[in-house]
Amino acid sequence: MSALSREQVAHLAGLARIQMTDAELDKMAGELAVILDSVAQVGEVTAQDIPPMSHPLPLTNVTRPDVVRPLDERLTAQQALSGAPAQEDGRFEVPRILSED
Amino acid sequence: MSTNAIQPVLDYDEVLESFDPVMGLEVHVELSTHTKMFCGCPTDFGAEPNTQVCPVCLGLPGALPVVNAVGVESVIRIGLALNCQIASWCRFARKNYFYPDMPKNFQTSQYDEPIAFDGYLDVEIPSRTGDGVEVFRVEIERAHMEEDTGKSLHVGGSTGRIQGADYSLLDYNRAGIPLIEIVTKPVRGAGERMPEVAKAYVAAVRELMVALDVSDARMEQGSMRCDANVSLMPKGSAQLGTRTETKNVNSLRSVERAVRYEMMRQGAILADGGTVRQETRHWHEDTGVTTAGREKSDAEDYRYFPEPDLIPIATTTEQVEALRATLPEPPGLRRKRLQGEWGYSDREMGDVVSAGAVDLIDASVAAGATPAASRKWWTGEVARRANADGKELGDYALTPAFVAELDSLVRSGRLNDSMARQVMEGVLAQEGSPTEVADARGLELVQDDSALEAAVDAVLADNAAIADKVRGGKVQAAGALIGQVMKATKGQADAAQVRALILSRLGVEG
Ligand SMILES: [Zn+2]
Repeated sequence: MSALSREQVAHLAGLARIQMTDAELDKMAGELAVILDSVAQVGEVTAQDIPPMSHPLPLTNVTRPDVVRPLDERLTAQQALSGAPAQEDGRFEVPRILSED
Repeated sequence: MSTNAIQPVLDYDEVLESFDPVMGLEVHVELSTHTKMFCGCPTDFGAEPNTQVCPVCLGLPGALPVVNAVGVESVIRIGLALNCQIASWCRFARKNYFYPDMPKNFQTSQYDEPIAFDGYLDVEIPSRTGDGVEVFRVEIERAHMEEDTGKSLHVGGSTGRIQGADYSLLDYNRAGIPLIEIVTKPVRGAGERMPEVAKAYVAAVRELMVALDVSDARMEQGSMRCDANVSLMPKGSAQLGTRTETKNVNSLRSVERAVRYEMMRQGAILADGGTVRQETRHWHEDTGVTTAGREKSDAEDYRYFPEPDLIPIATTTEQVEALRATLPEPPGLRRKRLQGEWGYSDREMGDVVSAGAVDLIDASVAAGATPAASRKWWTGEVARRANADGKELGDYALTPAFVAELDSLVRSGRLNDSMARQVMEGVLAQEGSPTEVADARGLELVQDDSALEAAVDAVLADNAAIADKVRGGKVQAAGALIGQVMKATKGQADAAQVRALILSRLGVEG
């Protein structure tokens, strides 16, 4: 049984900026532990010579030439801002930033 | 804030009596590719806000990034020039954080598989004796690919900074521009020269980027930025001290000053029995101090994971060697070679290097100017202005071709030194090429002998008494006659030639 503590779930929720109640934390700790256990079964069949896989396709070096895409394949400022909740002077407006990077 | 109150500093020599400084430098270089790292948006500086964006760099759902081939080539060339190993296989990673300068809520970067690692850069600092240079080797930890962030504008409040702002405005034109992060290993053993090593290292990286033609590396425009990690180790201890990270130090001079200041500030805390707080700090160019930023823990949790939307990069020995063949002559070796070819003293070469004139002189000599004239013009008035204006020599209307043209006008005898200076003024005032300026301003030595002879004869006829004195042997009296001829020719005659002409007319030996 993978141990996933309630504190670990709370930490992850904080990093992901998800607010969770105590009851939700208890519930998720249990459910996530079950998921981790299921995934951990994969470890039983892997051998040392199988590297962890992040990309399912055996591809490398898919690149594009350094050529500017034409305007109609990009966005105008108006299009870019069309879904923004607020804007000013062609810029996205965001609420006060509380901490410096 | 109490942490930002004026902090006591320890005398620099006293710091070094008790502590050994340790430094780590992170330099970010914006590549000068035509397009962004993961999309085909242009990268032009100064465009209207949010006009160089697309679904990829705005992080819109479903958009898929594709790597810029020139970005990969550039970082491999940078890695090779920094004497690094190049990874045969590596991936991109997502660095997750919530901050509005990254619309995706993560920055695409590299984590434990940087494309270049384990290198070094030899940097030159002035030798203690003041003539020549000493070489200091800075070890490179890694160079990796990532992307720049958008630009924020903080509105409201009094300072234009985040603190006290009412809201912020975001322009994502810069978001996604290729950024190469170059990280040093801890630099030790430089002692009191540490601030100089910091400056020399950043200068050497900058010079290398320009030589590789991968970035314009202009710190004042933000296309090259430096973060400086500094800590102090008590002498005789093997235990590293707590470090601070001073962010965005944006000139070579500031790098030196910021490292020196942090050594003195931390020295005061430690000498007083206190502990240094692990934090980011902000450098203030105007007051020459750093102030506290946010607290920083070693275990910042960015939840890095391999970027699933980007295919891994694999390099073969053949590809790497083909790129190695494109590397320019290392700037340090090139300077030595050019100094020899040009016949400059160490001091003259030092002036040329600090004026940023090496390439311009090289081009001027190639265009036909003498090395001496090239040095004189590039380290003269234009260098004085560039220094005063905080600009670079190439920002002015003077070009290597113009220097060669001006030098040729002087050598052919059309201009004397003071006229050439006036022509330089005109060129810098964008009045045209040296010939155009000389023509427009009517600057030309009178070389037409008959015209000069006529002027001399007229002056001799008007000043018979003085002429007689000169004839009688009072050669110094000729000065008055020379002055009159110069006046009559509006200063456009060569004084030595006038003197010779007067004396020969009067039958006196010079
Ligand atoms: Zn884009």
